Amino acid sequence: MSVLVYTESEEGRFKKIAFEAVSYAKGIADMLGTSVTAISINGNNTDQLGKYGASKVLQVSNDQLQSFNASAYADTIAQAAKREASPVVIISSSANSKYLAPLLAVNMEAGFVPNVTELPTSTSPFKISSTVFSNKAFATTEITTETKLIGLAKNAFGVLENDTSLTTEAFSPSLSENDFNTKVASIEKAKDKVTIADADIVVSAGRGMKGPENWGMIEELAEVLGAATACSKPVSDLGWRPHGEHVGQTGKPVSSNLYIAIGISGAIQHLAGVNSSKVKVVINNDPEAPFFKAADYGIVGDAFEFVPLLIEKLKEFKTNNA
Amino acid sequence: MKILVCISHVPDTTSRINFTEGNSKFDTNGVQFVINPNDEFGLTRAMWFKEKQGATVHVVNVGGPETEPTLRKALAIGADEAIRVNAPATDGFYVAKQLANIANEGEYDLIIGGRESIDYNGGMVPGMIAKLTGANFVNMCINIEVEGTNVTAAREIDGGNEIINTSLPLVVAGQKGIVEESDLRIPNMRGIMQARSKPLKVKEPIDTNIETKITGFSKPDSKGAVKLVDNVDELINLLHNEAKVI
Repeated sequence: MSVLVYTESEEGRFKKIAFEAVSYAKGIADMLGTSVTAISINGNNTDQLGKYGASKVLQVSNDQLQSFNASAYADTIAQAAKREASPVVIISSSANSKYLAPLLAVNMEAGFVPNVTELPTSTSPFKISSTVFSNKAFATTEITTETKLIGLAKNAFGVLENDTSLTTEAFSPSLSENDFNTKVASIEKAKDKVTIADADIVVSAGRGMKGPENWGMIEELAEVLGAATACSKPVSDLGWRPHGEHVGQTGKPVSSNLYIAIGISGAIQHLAGVNSSKVKVVINNDPEAPFFKAADYGIVGDAFEFVPLLIEKLKEFKTNNA
Repeated sequence: MKILVCISHVPDTTSRINFTEGNSKFDTNGVQFVINPNDEFGLTRAMWFKEKQGATVHVVNVGGPETEPTLRKALAIGADEAIRVNAPATDGFYVAKQLANIANEGEYDLIIGGRESIDYNGGMVPGMIAKLTGANFVNMCINIEVEGTNVTAAREIDGGNEIINTSLPLVVAGQKGIVEESDLRIPNMRGIMQARSKPLKVKEPIDTNIETKITGFSKPDSKGAVKLVDNVDELINLLHNEAKVI
């Protein structure tokens, strides 16, 4: 018996959320008096997973699984969970994990709680807290099934080091043709750009920027910070920025360490999508903008004056702290 | 093509979130309910299939009689028939089991749900329906074209999107992008009048096991007031030394 954690990789490299998921799995394993087994699908350097508390890795190397396939990945994880007799299975909240989660839950006959931010409050009965109502409340849920599936919210638990000696075993799932009834024909993804999902810092701008031609300073600020760029809904509806940058209730969710909102008033739909970010900064010339009520730090002022200044001073700061 | 659109009846985004009965129940007092926004994008795409490809569109919801105005709104937008499974929507798996049963009975080719409901944010019902009925599944769907039984769909991934080839029967979880915000329809008077005479069938739930149950709610501690600064040096100093995020 062991707690199973699905550790996501991209082109063989483990994602930060994989280490966070292992850290969390270790916490649950300690509560249950057991160990952590990680399942990796085509990930390289699995040794790293021991650093965060995994004592075993089930290593799947399979060419058919080179591109993500929700059904085949869910079946792989379910078979690993069965082999390990795992009482609890942990996944992250990436787009891929959210895709496979419901398939996996039904497959394992596991009660599923997504958006979990903390360790369970008790393991018998198994009770766990998660965010609901777009982070405006927490629910405590009791899971009554034998196997439990937990979807860990991004950037909530943190990456915790916990050096553990690790063994690696090859694992070959048995997959059926039906697993490949959905096929990826092509992938469009910006290279060398920090994605909103993976970013520690997100720089977001709204209609206060007056037009798409003024986004140069937003991109430059993001570059200085190593941040992803994002935008408000009106900006994407107006076609100033691509839809993929729209963050908010009907856009992408953001759970970064730092969210900088420039010229965004802070409509409730926008805040619903970004309020799980840890620290929020707002720059807006309207002191009545609702975002000031949701933010930690604010500058009441003109973005066209303050953003270039911020870029300049951050460059100095980066040089001095390099 | 027969399409089933799953509609979640959710509090409007601007609702105040409060709980009653010792923090065990959502307080619906004074709350306005709407069609879940992600479902509305999917419903609008279903209308496109109805108009361009002659599809039949049914809508379904799991909930008590109080959810019927939401179903009537979907009928006013243009759905042909509504089904209400007469049971409280207790958890995602329970709802998925009920909807899978409706899906099997009605032999639908395409089932459209939303990426997540804006109340419980579970994001699990469409995928569970797919697994329970043996249909294919595309999550976070931002485009879908159907030709015969062949489907080309686009899915949002972290940092981009992906084109997927699959086939009917299919379940998709829609979101903004499957249609644009500007494509959403406000029911007109004719639609509202017609909706009154369209069938709204009430079905009793099937028995199923319960996998999870919410035992209580709480609200996060209220946030401290914003710290206003008037220069960027001070801001950088606070982000570095106080918040420790840069």
